[in-house]
Amino acid sequence: MSADKFSNPVVRWIDHRLPIFSFMDHELNEYPTPKNLNYFWNFGSLAGVSLVIMIVTGIVLAMSYTPHVDYAFQSVERIMRDVNHGWLLRYIHMNGASFFFIVVFIHIFRGLYYGSYKAPRELLWILGVLILLLMMATAFMGYVLPWGQMSFWGATVITNLFSAIPFIGDSIVTFLWGGFSVDNPTLNRFFALHYLMPFLIVGVVILHLVALHRFGSNNPIGIDPSGPQDTVPFHPYYTIKDFFGLSVFLTLFAAAIFFFPNFMGHPDNYIPANPMQTPAHIVPEWYFLPFYAILRAVPDKLGGVLAMFGAIAVLFILPWLDRSPIRSGNFRPIFKIFFWVFFADCIALGYLGGMPAEGIYVVLSRVATAWYFLHFLVILPLLSVIETPKPLPQSLSKSVLGGSAMAGAASAVKEKV
Amino acid sequence: MIRSPPIKCGEGKMAKTNTSKQEDTQVDGRRRDFIVVASYAMAGIGAAAVAWPLIDQMNPAADTLALASIEVDISKIDIGQSITVKWRGKPVFIRHRTEDEINTAQSVELSQLKDPQLDVDRVSNPKYLVMIGVCTHLGCVPLGQKTGEIKGEYDGWFCPCHGSHYDSSGRIRKGPAPVNLEIPPYTFETESLIKIG
Repeated sequence: MSADKFSNPVVRWIDHRLPIFSFMDHELNEYPTPKNLNYFWNFGSLAGVSLVIMIVTGIVLAMSYTPHVDYAFQSVERIMRDVNHGWLLRYIHMNGASFFFIVVFIHIFRGLYYGSYKAPRELLWILGVLILLLMMATAFMGYVLPWGQMSFWGATVITNLFSAIPFIGDSIVTFLWGGFSVDNPTLNRFFALHYLMPFLIVGVVILHLVALHRFGSNNPIGIDPSGPQDTVPFHPYYTIKDFFGLSVFLTLFAAAIFFFPNFMGHPDNYIPANPMQTPAHIVPEWYFLPFYAILRAVPDKLGGVLAMFGAIAVLFILPWLDRSPIRSGNFRPIFKIFFWVFFADCIALGYLGGMPAEGIYVVLSRVATAWYFLHFLVILPLLSVIETPKPLPQSLSKSVLGGSAMAGAASAVKEKV
Repeated sequence: MIRSPPIKCGEGKMAKTNTSKQEDTQVDGRRRDFIVVASYAMAGIGAAAVAWPLIDQMNPAADTLALASIEVDISKIDIGQSITVKWRGKPVFIRHRTEDEINTAQSVELSQLKDPQLDVDRVSNPKYLVMIGVCTHLGCVPLGQKTGEIKGEYDGWFCPCHGSHYDSSGRIRKGPAPVNLEIPPYTFETESLIKIG
């Protein structure tokens, strides 16, 4: 079809039989992208780069790691001290997990604010939540591998979550452990699964991209591009913007690796695992803290576990909770306020998850947990009914070029939906 | 299960056939449906049979299952002292309780308990409390074994992970844990030797 696009005859020959070059040209070069994307739209590609960094460093770390309870801790220390550049590879992998979550959390809040989950991007959003779940499972199992105190007790507490399931809970936990406590079989299978799951993530990411390219990116205005005048080709406009964002990201990443490599870790994980003694204050990695706070806020075992998983599950149905036809929070004055309250609520949950479960922290955790669910289950559905949105610009170009024709566009969008 | 027309590929012919032939094909269609359903079912059973070893390999292996038992000499535990031994990869608490602790444990009303159980049902010799030292909430090891550790509001054990308080009989009194600390199977071999498992 488009084989004549390429001047190189070899490329033409291949493309005629395997249209890989046409595909790349279509999806990465001429791919029409809204011309008004801001820097929050960098975080998707940053997440992709993070995934690649994690897979590459993970594969080389696996070449020196021993998944056995007697050797795991030592093999990690050997990577740190004896393996050539091992310290660097491990610090990249370790901090890379944190940076991956930072990037993904910003990516998610971007989607929440600009309504990127709304029609026709519901499946795109759902695939994204699925990626988040897979990332959480992968990160959890990866944290177990160094077999320090936090590894061991984190694994114990998280696997014990499943014992809350009525009747079959204990059998499930025994099944997960391959024994009667977290032990060598557990470490072995966690290593196998930790190696497998990133490739599952790659698979879902591909689906995520297919769904994205079906309708193209959402944008800060939240209305669809009305024609070629509203879009620019992905290359070079957004490739260069993504590369600039990437260089900022890598600068911060390198600063963490070289100057604060253990800032986001926990010192107790440099103590070898001891199944006879729980550390006085165990906390999960920072990116799990909001969910951990929700788990502890509910004074019932099963209830706490359900609330924690519910906090993710509610994201799956978000496209059907927020029925407002206006995508972008810029044009929703009340939503905008509640968005920032929700953002503060998530930060508060993260803080509370790191505090001991006593006194005022318990009360605050309960309030913050209640607000988390209230936001999704009550406020968003209610707002979509009672809120009067601001008038939308008539087109992306007008909004960029400062056109004055703003009237009547809100109703136009409503008609479209 | 009757489809109409019953067989798609025969559609062209069907138009020309008479009624009796149509009935024949309907019977054929039902037979064909049966064959289809039966083969799907067989394929499903086959797939499940292949999947089972792949899943079941994660359950405890034979050597893990071989229920190890241990013997513990308790003669050296003074009154008010506790020791922790390892059984099946888990800590087991053995406490030589004081008179005070025994009295408090025995005098608690069942109505005050979240998981009602009499103290006498939790010990074979009231002086020695033997239980698995794993919090029934999410599996941490409660504090209270060593002198100076926090023993919680009921002078027993306290789980630092999520704040469960256990009394001097190891029963849950406050916090998120749903049930009392578990009692392992054990017997007194002699007065000062117990066999756990």
